[in-house]
Amino acid sequence: MKKIFSITAIVLFFSIQTGFAEPLGLPPVPIPADNPQSKAKIALGEKLFNDPRFSSTGDVSCATCHDAAKGFADGPLKTSEGIKGLTGTRNAPTILNAAFMKSQFWDGREPDLEGQSKGPFINPVEMGLENHDPILTLVRDDRAYWKMFRKVFGLKKKNALTMDHVAKAIASFERTIISGNSPFDHYYFTNNKAAMTPSAVRGFNVFLEQGRCVSCHTVSQTHALFTDSRFHNLNVNFNSISGGVQALAKRQQQEKADGVDLDVSILTDKAVAELGRFVVTGQWRDIGAFKTPTLRNVDLTAPYMHDGSIKTLEDVVDFYNNGGFVKAGDPVNSFQSGGIRPLGLNDTQKADLVAFLKMLTSPLN
Amino acid sequence: MSIINRRTLLKTGGTFVAGACLPLTNIRLAFADQSQDFTFAYISDSHIQHIKGTKFVRNWDQGLKRAVAEANLMSPKPDFVMYGGDLAQLGTREELDHGFEIMSALKHKTHYVMGEHDYYADLGEYWSSQVGKQYYSFDHKGVHIIVLNSILTDDHWTHERWANGTERMGVMAGLDDPRGSPFMVGAAQRKWLANDLKGVSKDTPIIVFSHSPLQKLFKNWNFWTDDAELVQAILQPFDSVTVFYGHVHQIQYNQIGNITFHSVMATAWPWPYPESYAQAENHMPHLTVPINRADPFFERDATGWQYVDINSGKATVKFSLTENEPRTVGYDAKRGYPLDTKYVSRSKPPQNHY
Repeated sequence: MKKIFSITAIVLFFSIQTGFAEPLGLPPVPIPADNPQSKAKIALGEKLFNDPRFSSTGDVSCATCHDAAKGFADGPLKTSEGIKGLTGTRNAPTILNAAFMKSQFWDGREPDLEGQSKGPFINPVEMGLENHDPILTLVRDDRAYWKMFRKVFGLKKKNALTMDHVAKAIASFERTIISGNSPFDHYYFTNNKAAMTPSAVRGFNVFLEQGRCVSCHTVSQTHALFTDSRFHNLNVNFNSISGGVQALAKRQQQEKADGVDLDVSILTDKAVAELGRFVVTGQWRDIGAFKTPTLRNVDLTAPYMHDGSIKTLEDVVDFYNNGGFVKAGDPVNSFQSGGIRPLGLNDTQKADLVAFLKMLTSPLN
Repeated sequence: MSIINRRTLLKTGGTFVAGACLPLTNIRLAFADQSQDFTFAYISDSHIQHIKGTKFVRNWDQGLKRAVAEANLMSPKPDFVMYGGDLAQLGTREELDHGFEIMSALKHKTHYVMGEHDYYADLGEYWSSQVGKQYYSFDHKGVHIIVLNSILTDDHWTHERWANGTERMGVMAGLDDPRGSPFMVGAAQRKWLANDLKGVSKDTPIIVFSHSPLQKLFKNWNFWTDDAELVQAILQPFDSVTVFYGHVHQIQYNQIGNITFHSVMATAWPWPYPESYAQAENHMPHLTVPINRADPFFERDATGWQYVDINSGKATVKFSLTENEPRTVGYDAKRGYPLDTKYVSRSKPPQNHY
């Protein structure tokens, strides 16, 4: 299944390069000027992505937590298992359409896929390397890798091969993991009214109106990425820290000023992780705010939210319908986004909305 | 934009770092005494609105709660918090009590200014029973601070026209209700003000807090104080005067003679700049900064609160805007008037009439 997916992705990539239409419902994939796509680079990136030798224990690869068979996410785990079964603080986000995101990670702490791809190798609870040196040693000494890197990047000497080349290759591969062409896309962009069930059609209406979903999970006239690339405090588990935000925020900003690596503190310190985007910007408006994820293939990527705390789409809809909490009577924190409020959806509307979300799954071939 | 610049920008989240953790001081006169510098927080215009029983409008509650929670994060702590008026929407005891309860979560000493929404139901009786005087002054680190009740109007309108306080409040609560009446400080308070300033030396920095602008901006919406020129005349002899006002729910700044004017943001909702609404010529300060329409989906959009650094008696106002980039408006000593530190492209000098 994994194989089928990547072959499809490569085919899609070439259709873009040669001017053919991208998958229905998607804009062209943004390609940075300093990292153009090539067939060989994508193949190299895929090899790196699936290679567990870049972890300290030799058994964790990028694909371990971003599994093609699980929508490039890691359900049903709330938080993925890295080396030695260690877990972090955040739910593995899907790589599908990550190429369109304006920033990477739940808190946007990296601006692009190149930057993002370097992080997990050296995170103590993910792939656990001390630094990037073992990766460079491996790709320089491994004959197959060196041959590919030499060809892709035109390198002459082994020590010219840097971590930037590794990151660029992985990012190139990830830019082929894109998916559109869902039943929703046929319904909306080609006006095929039979593409969605009547319940899903009603659910789309809830999505656009009373459900208020579309304001963050955006749909435009020509394409639908289902994300605004912004950051919002929804009140997911924020109350675990709301008693001590002042001391926590001060401590985190001090640690950051002292040079503690953000990747490490975010994945190993549960309280810091709940500060969300604030750890990156230091701005009060970003306290507890997380990036809007895409909704494409959302049926494949349970559990949900930044911490994987909500198991089903039905429960997610209830969470929003209540105004940002799972159980009646749960408190709403003072930093909650002004976009979140009780919605007053009835049971039929909620079921229709879930039916609509299931229309966002892309075919694998 | 090059990828490097974008990366650097995104990684650091721009240049702004944790609000009050590191207060920037962009004005410090050579002879300044640093022990006289201080910071205060300013929250205003929350318009807490009672629905019935224990129900209040969630949006306005959340706006005030957010400002209080953010102000509690200030480090170092502000010397005090000023509340700029219009805590309530219709001035009822329920609304004022609910607002005071949310405000009670503040960890700092708090002073209050009277707003018209707090006043016209019972002419300020309940508010005064909880807060104290409607106009007063105090000294803080070498600065003379004055709080005025600037939302009074003439006796006939106040006492003769309306069947009861609820009706009177309802009329004054409508921003553009033609049955309303222009705000004023009034003769009694002006006399008190002149008297209060008698013993104050001319080189003492003065800060005045009022709810309405102590200048004449746009009468249709009561962005206006009818005796502004008389109040300004009392203040003008002093070397450095800074007036802060709420009411307008938007960022404004201006300089008239020795008096610097700053508005503060509302926690409830934004008003558009009236220039876009006026059909005839008006005298709003020339707009040099484009303001986007508030996004109705994000209820906090174009709302916020602010904290103010006072250095050598001059103010630098730092706006914390929930859904927007923070902004800073500070006094430019060279030009002699306040400027937005980011939007400094102003080509016209400020208006100099009332």
